[in-house]
Amino acid sequence: MSADLTTRYLGLDLAHPIVPSASPMTGNLDSLQRLEEAGASAVVLWSLFEEQIEHDEQQALALAELHAESFGEAVGGYFPTLDDYNTGPGEYLKLIRDAKEHLEIPVIASLNGTSIGGWLRYGKLMEEAGADALELNVYMIPTDPDTTGGEVEQQYLDLVAALKASISIPLAVKVGPFFSSIPNMATRLIDAGADGLVLFNRFYQPDIDLDELEVKPNLRLSTSDELRLPLRWTAILKGQVLGSMAVTSGVHTAEDVIKLLLAGADVTMMASALLRHGPERLTEALEGLRSWLEVNEYESVRQMKGSMSQASSPDPEAFERGNYMKTLVTFARPMR
Amino acid sequence: MGRVVTVDGNEAAASVAFRTNEVIAIYPITPASPMGELSDDWSAQGRTNIYGTTPEVVEMQSEAGAAGTLHGALQGGALATSFTASQGLLLKIPNMYKIAGELLPSVIHVAARTLATHALSIFGDHSDVMATRATGYSLLASSSVQEAHDMALIAQSATLQSRVPFLHFFDGFRTSHEVAKIEELSDDDLRAMLDDELVAAHRLRRLNPDAPVIRGTAQNPDVFFQAREACNPYYLAVPDIVQTTMDRFAEVAGRQYRLFDYVGAPDAERVVILMGSGIGASEEAVQALVDRGEKVGIVKVRLYRPFSAEALIAALPASTKSIAVLDRTKEPGALGEPLYQDVITAIVEQTAAGNVAWDRFPRVIGGRYGLSSKEFTPSMVAAVFAELEKDDPKVHFTVGIVDDVTHLSLDVTEELNTEPDDVVRAVFFGLGADGTVGANKNSVKIIGENTELFAQGHFVYDSKKSGATTVSHLRFGPRPITSTYEITRANFVACHQFNFLEKMAVLEVAQEGATFLLNSPFEAGEVWDKLPRETQAAIIAKNISFYVVDGVKVAREVGLGGRINTVLQTCFFNLAGILPPDQAIGEIKKAIQKSYGKFGQTVLDRNFAAVDASIAALERVEVPAVADSDFLRPAPVPETAPDFVQRVTAMMIEGKGDLLPVSALPVDGTFPTGTTKFEKRSIALDIPIWDPDICIDCAKCALVCPHAAIRMKVYDPAFLAGAPDTFLSKEYRSREMPGQLLTIQAAPEDCTGCGVCVDVCPAKSKEEVKHKSINMMPKDDHLDVEQANFDFFLSLPEPDRTEVRLDTVKGSQMAEPLFEFSGACAGCGETPYIKLMTQMFGDRVSIANATGCSSIYGGNLPTTPYTTNADGRGPSWANSLFEDNAEFGLGLRLAQDQAVEDARVLVGHFAGELGDELVAGLLAGVTDIDEAGLAVQRERIGHAKKILVDIDSTEARRLLAGIDTLAHKSIWIVGGDGWAYDIGFGGLDHVFASGRNVNILVLDTEVYSNTGGQASKATPRGAVAKFAAGGKPTGKKDLGMIAQAYGNVYVAQIAVGANNTQTVKAFAEAEAYPGTSLIIAYSQCIAHGIDMETGMSHQKEAVESGYWPLYRFDPTAEAEGRHSFHLDSRAPKIPFKEFAMQEARYAMLARTKPEEAERLFGIAQDDINNRWHLYEQLAEVDRLVPEEEEEEVQA
Repeated sequence: MSADLTTRYLGLDLAHPIVPSASPMTGNLDSLQRLEEAGASAVVLWSLFEEQIEHDEQQALALAELHAESFGEAVGGYFPTLDDYNTGPGEYLKLIRDAKEHLEIPVIASLNGTSIGGWLRYGKLMEEAGADALELNVYMIPTDPDTTGGEVEQQYLDLVAALKASISIPLAVKVGPFFSSIPNMATRLIDAGADGLVLFNRFYQPDIDLDELEVKPNLRLSTSDELRLPLRWTAILKGQVLGSMAVTSGVHTAEDVIKLLLAGADVTMMASALLRHGPERLTEALEGLRSWLEVNEYESVRQMKGSMSQASSPDPEAFERGNYMKTLVTFARPMR
Repeated sequence: MGRVVTVDGNEAAASVAFRTNEVIAIYPITPASPMGELSDDWSAQGRTNIYGTTPEVVEMQSEAGAAGTLHGALQGGALATSFTASQGLLLKIPNMYKIAGELLPSVIHVAARTLATHALSIFGDHSDVMATRATGYSLLASSSVQEAHDMALIAQSATLQSRVPFLHFFDGFRTSHEVAKIEELSDDDLRAMLDDELVAAHRLRRLNPDAPVIRGTAQNPDVFFQAREACNPYYLAVPDIVQTTMDRFAEVAGRQYRLFDYVGAPDAERVVILMGSGIGASEEAVQALVDRGEKVGIVKVRLYRPFSAEALIAALPASTKSIAVLDRTKEPGALGEPLYQDVITAIVEQTAAGNVAWDRFPRVIGGRYGLSSKEFTPSMVAAVFAELEKDDPKVHFTVGIVDDVTHLSLDVTEELNTEPDDVVRAVFFGLGADGTVGANKNSVKIIGENTELFAQGHFVYDSKKSGATTVSHLRFGPRPITSTYEITRANFVACHQFNFLEKMAVLEVAQEGATFLLNSPFEAGEVWDKLPRETQAAIIAKNISFYVVDGVKVAREVGLGGRINTVLQTCFFNLAGILPPDQAIGEIKKAIQKSYGKFGQTVLDRNFAAVDASIAALERVEVPAVADSDFLRPAPVPETAPDFVQRVTAMMIEGKGDLLPVSALPVDGTFPTGTTKFEKRSIALDIPIWDPDICIDCAKCALVCPHAAIRMKVYDPAFLAGAPDTFLSKEYRSREMPGQLLTIQAAPEDCTGCGVCVDVCPAKSKEEVKHKSINMMPKDDHLDVEQANFDFFLSLPEPDRTEVRLDTVKGSQMAEPLFEFSGACAGCGETPYIKLMTQMFGDRVSIANATGCSSIYGGNLPTTPYTTNADGRGPSWANSLFEDNAEFGLGLRLAQDQAVEDARVLVGHFAGELGDELVAGLLAGVTDIDEAGLAVQRERIGHAKKILVDIDSTEARRLLAGIDTLAHKSIWIVGGDGWAYDIGFGGLDHVFASGRNVNILVLDTEVYSNTGGQASKATPRGAVAKFAAGGKPTGKKDLGMIAQAYGNVYVAQIAVGANNTQTVKAFAEAEAYPGTSLIIAYSQCIAHGIDMETGMSHQKEAVESGYWPLYRFDPTAEAEGRHSFHLDSRAPKIPFKEFAMQEARYAMLARTKPEEAERLFGIAQDDINNRWHLYEQLAEVDRLVPEEEEEEVQA
C-alpha cells in the first residue's frame, strides 16, 4: 500500500506537497499544463509586479505623447495610436482565467506590490479572475537610517491586514529572512490575517560588473545548499505559528522535499530546479518522496510532517546556535 | 442635428474619405499626414466603410507612387482616394491628368500648402492646388472644419455622378489642424448621398478579362484632338451636378451650400471674392462693416473648377460696382493670380452675353494675401474694402505685409475688432514637451462636446525640435466661431513656462482686464520681483488679474513628474469660469478618463490627484502699483552680431518677423550662414562640467555631442594668458604634440542638456565611480562661469590643420566644427555625423540636403547652424527637394567639374602674367585633397588673384570668379532614409551608377523622422511605426549591398557610438575615394522610443547584436591585395531580442501583440544570422579575377 501524500495548504487540499513556485515557468499556460502533467499538486503563478505595471503605464503614456504636439510636422507624436497598450494587470488576469479553465489543480496567484492601493485593487481582481489563493510577495529595502525595524514591520502588517480585508480567498505571505525575530514577525503576520507563510523570497541582487564598474542586477538560480536557511526556520516555526507553511529556496531534489517536510513544511516549492531541468524534475522528486516514505514505512506525509521540527527534534538546540558550533567541529575533524 | 464632435480639419475630411472608399494610397507629407495616419489607425482597428469592408491603406514610396496606385485601383474598379499637400500634390500631377482623362471618379483630399520656391514652407496657401488647374480635376474648396467634413462628402457624391475626379482642399494648418466643434455626418447621411448604382457603374468600367477593353492607348494627330474634346459634356455637367448635390446635402444634413455663396448687404457695391479659410475673417469684417452701414459683401468660392461663370454672376448683387479678388497664391509674371483672371473672364463673357444686371463693367482688382499661412484678419479685409472705395485703387496689390520695394501692399490703417465680448479668448504659451497643446485640445473637446458653447482651437508650433515653444489660441462662444485668425486681444493668457517671460512678450496679446495665469516656481508673495520689468508694466497697465500656480510642484507631488498640463488645465477652467467649478472638474476627469484610460489606472489616479490638488495650489497675486523690477527682458541677439542678424534675424527670433518689410528679405532665398550662435536659447536645465583631473583625452564627448556644444582644443600653454581664473586645462598626453594643453569646454547656453557626452565618457573617478570626467550639473549654478570660460575658449587658436591627424578621433575633434547649435532634438543621432564631416572637410564642402529633419535643423529660419572658420570658409548648403537630392548633388558636382575645366583653360591663357611655375602649380594642385596640398593650392590661388585683379579683361574677371574651384571642393549629399530608401532611391541609384565623385551620407533613423515616425523601407522587421502599427512585417532593405553591386561605389556602414575609429576612417576614405561614396550612418531617433541620453550605448548594442553590422567596402582594395569588403564589427554576441526590448518601437509590439512579436522577432533574428553569414563570406570574396586567371581568360 502506498503512502498517503496529501497535504493541506492554505485550506486547500493538495494531492501531495510539491508545488512549482512563482517563476517564468509558471508564466504561461503551455508550461503550466506541462507542470500539471508532470504531477504538480498546485501552481503558484509568476508574480504580477505592481511596480512594473505602474512603470509600464507611465511608459506607454510617455511614448504615446513622445514629442507629440511639439512640432508642426509631427503633431500626432512618433508612434501610432493604439487601441490598447496592454498595460495593467489584464494579461495576468487572463493567465489566471486560462489556468483555471485548463488546469484541474489549484491555482495560486502571486502579487508583488508596494502600495496598499495597488495591492487591494489587484488582489481583488485576481480573486475575481478565479484564483484559489493569493500569495503576497513583500520585499522592502529600507535605506533610510531613520526608518526603524518596527516601522518596516508595521508596514508589512498593515498591508497584509488591508489585503486580507479586501479578499475572501486564502492569503499566503512570502517574506524574506531579514527580520530580527522571525518567529515574532511570523506570528504577527498570521495574526494580521495571513493564512500561511512562504519562506523565503529570493530576489534579484545587485552585482558589480568589474569591466564597466556598473551595478548590474542578476538572478542566479538556487542550489540545494540554500535549503539550510528555510530548513532552520521551518523547524523553529513549526508548531509556534498557526498558519500554513510553504518553503521555497533551494528545493531541488526529493531529499530536499523530505527534509523540509520533516522540519514541518506543509508544502515545498520548486523553481530553479524546474527551470534548470524541466517539469520532469518534479515527477522525479515526487517519486523520490513516495519511495522514501515506502522504504521508511511512513503511512502518510501528515505523519512525517514536523517530526523533526525544533520542538520534535531530539536535539532542539541543534537548530539554534549550537548548530553552528557543531558545523565547525565537524569541519575541523578531518584536518587532524 | 447630428452628433456633435470636436475634431480638426484633417480628421473631418478623413472621416468621410475613409468611410466612402476601399483603397487609400498615401505618403506622409505635412500638413496632410494625419489624414493618412488616422485612416491607417482606423484600418488597423478593423473599422469598416459604409459598404461593410475595411479599407486597405497602403503607404507608397512617394506621392507619385501613391498616385500611380490610386490610378491603378480606380482602373481596377475600386473606390479609391489619397491625401496630400504641396510637393506631394505636384508629384501626383502626371497621374491626375491620366485619372481625369479617363474620367475615373475619385477624390483627392488636400491640406493646401505652400510650394517650395525660394524656400520651403510647411504652411498653408493655395499654390499647390493652383498648380493642378490644368489637370482636368474639379477643384472644390472648404473654408472651415465643418466644411472640410461636408465638402468631402459632396465631392465624393459629385464625382460618382459626374465621373470627373475631384480635388477637395482646405487650408493647411489653419483648417487642417484647427480643432472645432462640428456636426458629424452619420453613415446614413453618407449612404443617402451616394448612389449604389453609380458605384456599380464604376465597378463595371473596371479592367476585367471577362469583358476586356484597352485604355491608355497611344493616339496620333488624326484622332487625339477629337478624343480629348469628347469629354466636354462631362465637364459641362459638373456645376449643375455639384449644385444639385449641395441641395441634396442640405436636405440630408441641413447645411446649404452654393457654388458661389454671397454674404453681405443685398445692395452691396463693393464685393470681395475669395476661397478657403480667409472667408471666416472676411465674413466677420463684412458683418461689422454692414452693421455700420457700408454696402459691402463677399462671394465665397466653393467650386473653383469647372468654373461656372453663370453661377458667379448670379451670386453677385446687381448693385456691384467694384470687386476685389483675393488669391492665396502667387504667379510671377502673370496678368494676375488665377482666381482674379477667372473672375475677369467670367464678367467679360457674361456681360458680352447679356447675362448681367449692371450697366457698366464693375472695376475688378486683384490681390495676394496669406501666403505661407500669413495671418489674414478682418482688419486686412477692411483695408481691401477701403481700397475698393478709392477712385484709383491698386489694380494689383498685396495685403498683410509691408511691401516697401514694389509698393503693392495695402496699408491696414483701421483695426477692426469683430469679436464680441461674450467670446472667451484664451492664449497659452507652452513648451512642446509640457503637454500644453494636448491639454488645450482636451479643453476644446470638453467645452465643445459638453456644453452649448462652440469651441475652436488653433495651435502654433515653432520649428525647433528641442525646446520647441507652442502657442495655443482657444475660443469659446455662444455662436459658431468663424474667426480664422490668431487671437490678438485675449481675455485669458497662460504662460506655462516661467522663463518665457524673459524670451517673449507674452502679455502683448492680453486685453485690458485680462486674466494671467503663470506657472511659477515662486509663490504669490515672492513672484513679483522675479518678473522682467516689461511684464510688470504690462500687468499694471492692462489692469490684469494675475495668478500663479507651481504646476511642477503639484505634478511632482502626485507622481506626474514634470507633466504640468493637467494642473494648468484645471486652473484655466477655474479661472475662466466657462463651466461651474464642480462641473468643470467632473468634465476634466471624464476627459482624463477618455484620454488616459487605455494607459491604466495609475496614470488615471495620478491625473485625478493632480486635478484635485490644483485649485488649492492656485494663488492670486496682489499687484503692486509700480513696475520696479531690477531687470529687463534681454535683447534677442548680442550687440556684436552682424548687421543682418541685428536687423532681420533678431526680429524673427523675437517673434516679430511679420513686421519685416519686403526690402529686409533677400530676393532669391540666399541667407548668411552661421547664425545659430547668435540665438542663445539656453534650454538646458543641466549642462556638462568637465573635471580635467580624470580626463583621459579621448575626445569622445566632443565627437558625440549632437549640438557641437562640447568642444575640445589642444594649444600651447602660452595662450592661457588672460584666461579667466575658472578656466580649466590639463596636460595633453601625446608624443606627437608634447607640451600642449587640452581643454574640454561646454557652451552653456547652446547645450540642450541631453547628457550623451556623460553617457559616453569612459573616465570614472577611482574614489566615486559615478563621478566622471564630464558630469551634468545645474546650469543656473554654473552659467556665468562657463559662459566666460566658453568665450575664452573660442579665443584660443584653432589647430593648424596640416599638423593634426584629422582622420583620427582625437584629431578630428581638435578641428573646429562648422555645424553648431542646431535646433535638432536633444540627443539627436544624426547631427554628430554632420558635425564630424564639417570638422574634417567643412572648409571645402558643398552640401546637397534632402528635405527632412536634416534640412529643418540645417536650414530652418530664423537661425541656421552651418558656419564658417576664421578664413570665412565653411559649408555651402542648399536644399532642393525631398525626392531629387542625389540628382541635385550630382548637378553640383558637374558644375564644379565644369568650373574647374573653365578655370584650367583660362589659367593657361594667363600663363604670361601668372608665370609658368604658378600655372603649373595651379594645374597640378587641382587634384590635391590632403590638407597640406590644399593649403599650398589656396596660397597659389591667392597669389594668382592678386595678379589677375589688376588685369582689365573679361577673361581675367571670369577667371577671378572661378579660380577658387581649382582648390579641391567636395560635394556631400545628405539626407535621411525616407529620401535614400524610398522617395529618392531612383535618383540615388542613378548617381551610384554615375561613378562621379560625390559623397553620400544617409542618416538612417529607420523611419520618417521629420513627419512623425512613419515606416520607410529602412524600417526593420518587427518595429512599430506609423503605417506599421502591427510591427513592420517585412525586413529592411539592404541599401549598402545594392550600392556594392555596382562594384565601384565606396560603401561604409557606420555607428559612431559603437566604433568611433571606424566612423572617422569611413569619412576620410569616402572623401578620398575619387568616385561615388555612400556612408550609411546609424542614427538613433526619438522615434525609436529610447532614452536619448543613452543613444550611443544603444548603437553599441545594435552592433553587438548584429542588428547593425559595421563594414567598409572599398573598390580600390583588391588592387592593393586586400578584400574589398571588410567587416568592422564582430559576430553577433547578444540576441536581437535583448537589444530590441530596450527600444519602445519593439517593446511596444511585445506588449500589445506578444505572439506576433515573438514570431517577428524570431524572423528578425534569422535575418541577422543570415545576413552575418552572408557578410562573413563576402569578406572572403575575390571580386576581381586573380591576375594569373585573368591572363588565362584573355588567352
